[in-house]
Amino acid sequence: MLPESVGNFMQLVLNGLAVGSIYASVALGLVIIYKATDVFNFAQGELMTLGAFVCYFFIVQMHIPVGWAILITFFATALIGLVIEELFFKPMVGEPIFSVIMVTVGLSVFLKGIIGFSWGNLIKKFPPFVSEAPITFFGFVISPVQLATIVITAFLITIFALFFKYTDLGIGMRAVANDQDAALLMGIGVRKIFGLSWAISAVVAALGGVLLSNIMYLHPSLSSVGIKVFPAVVLGGLDSIPGAIVGGVIIGVVENIAGGYLGGDIKEITSFIILIAILMIKPYGLFGKEEIERV
Amino acid sequence: MRSGDFKTSYREDIAILQTTFVKVCIGIFIVALVGAVLIADNYFIYIVNLCAIATIGALGLNIITGLAGQISIGHAGFLAIGAYASALLLKNGVPFLISIALAGFITTISGFIVGIPSLRLKGLYLAITTFAFGFVVEHLANIWVSLTNGANGLMVLPASILGFTFDSDRSFFFLVFPITILAVLYTRNLVRSKVGRAWIAIRDRDIAAQTMGISLSWYKLSAFAVSSFYAGIAGALYGHYMQFIGPTHFELYLSVQYLAMIIIGGLGSVLGTIFGAVFMTILPELLKYIPDLFRQSYPVIVERFADINLILYGMLIMLFVIIEPKGLYGIWNNVKTYWRMWPYTH
Repeated sequence: MLPESVGNFMQLVLNGLAVGSIYASVALGLVIIYKATDVFNFAQGELMTLGAFVCYFFIVQMHIPVGWAILITFFATALIGLVIEELFFKPMVGEPIFSVIMVTVGLSVFLKGIIGFSWGNLIKKFPPFVSEAPITFFGFVISPVQLATIVITAFLITIFALFFKYTDLGIGMRAVANDQDAALLMGIGVRKIFGLSWAISAVVAALGGVLLSNIMYLHPSLSSVGIKVFPAVVLGGLDSIPGAIVGGVIIGVVENIAGGYLGGDIKEITSFIILIAILMIKPYGLFGKEEIERV
Repeated sequence: MRSGDFKTSYREDIAILQTTFVKVCIGIFIVALVGAVLIADNYFIYIVNLCAIATIGALGLNIITGLAGQISIGHAGFLAIGAYASALLLKNGVPFLISIALAGFITTISGFIVGIPSLRLKGLYLAITTFAFGFVVEHLANIWVSLTNGANGLMVLPASILGFTFDSDRSFFFLVFPITILAVLYTRNLVRSKVGRAWIAIRDRDIAAQTMGISLSWYKLSAFAVSSFYAGIAGALYGHYMQFIGPTHFELYLSVQYLAMIIIGGLGSVLGTIFGAVFMTILPELLKYIPDLFRQSYPVIVERFADINLILYGMLIMLFVIIEPKGLYGIWNNVKTYWRMWPYTH
């Protein structure tokens, strides 16, 4: 048996890993859009919450079995991603990046309003899809949901790593991210890739939302997870997919440790302090391209 | 005879009020507004006061976002700092004029804290940092109970100068209106000065600006400092006017409202900022009538009215950015040009 202080610490790390892997999946969606289309999507937190609510809608309001409901949610959110890209971001191709960012800010408020209007502002409990009895091993307590979260995220990351490495579409997306003009000359449908990255990003966000609302609760304010995910992305390096994952996990763990030792009030602002610290010390993050210039 | 408006000296070219016609118009507007306030009911004056406070805050946001081209999504955080700072100082016996000035400076310092790490980098870092900053300030206002009284909010003393207390809508107008005029004139002055031109140069092409000897980090930081100062003053005025502030007054929603003001009004334009501030202040007041129409048939619309506002603001921001990026100011200019040339529009 480990001494209690060490056990405590490990428990905090474990909880942090679970939340951190959710941050990682949301951050992954953010980076996919940023890499392919150069848009930093301030509506990512809302996309995540929307995904969770859509899944809730299918399970609770339509009484569809959980497995199917999640599958349908993925298709629905992919469609939402495509529609958003078609309606709001197709017209912005070639516009200054400033305007595009403003559209994402508008989109985030718009989606927040849609979520609140459709489902109300009461806290809801997400129907659990794994048993709620905590599992104990080596003296640590972990809830099945947390375990499932870690496993699912790890699985997802592997899938994406393979997708980007071996499939034509994945290679196309990397090519577009690398150099749009060259990709276009190579016969890659850049516009198709743009739509695809929004769809993938929305699906990944929805998955994060479903997992997060399982661990916590379901409420429109879940979208403020953006304040945790943005530091994660900056920590990992804005344009790096492994960076997003490592950054998300680190933010989750550090935040939980800080919360455990310094109190819950500090927990909420830890990520902001980390953000300021990264910008001071290592502004291009752990894995980002070092093209960031100081001015 | 002169057949148009030609400038014959540099002084004329950079004048704040360009023509006699403009001077007369603004004179009439000010006299009419003061006259209206003297006879109108309290609700009208309340709206005018809110418009004036919003104008000061939006001018600040337009300096950093519209002129210097750096996105700030945490304006509500700065308004909150100004409001709490001035409220607490006045409560502890500091005279109003000093407390509001100090509130401005405290907000400026917090602007430096956010701006120094994020503005020395190119790119979106200010947007990301200010977004997080807005959340942190709101959170601090909630948890720092000994200072802010937490979620219960803080009673704020009304403003008073030399024993005269501005505690009614009408008297407050005569406090906020001169400050607004000062803020507008000062911003116009900044735009035409070296500093303002440097900001615009950075917005339009930072590399070219740097080549011409403009220190990017200094000018971006100065824009952010000035912007925070305006926000601090606007927040302080808001607190002393409402005589009550709480964390819910300074949510992300408020930052988005301010962004909507400058985008709908017209980025980088002082007149546009006033248009936007007035538009975004009156719009929610008009929208308040909508729930009454549906109270019987669709009670859900009444219950979730705040969300309808959010949907509308989001739509407005996106539509203006996509369809009319120059905002109301652009529309105003087009209309003006059309009528000046009429009937020979081409």
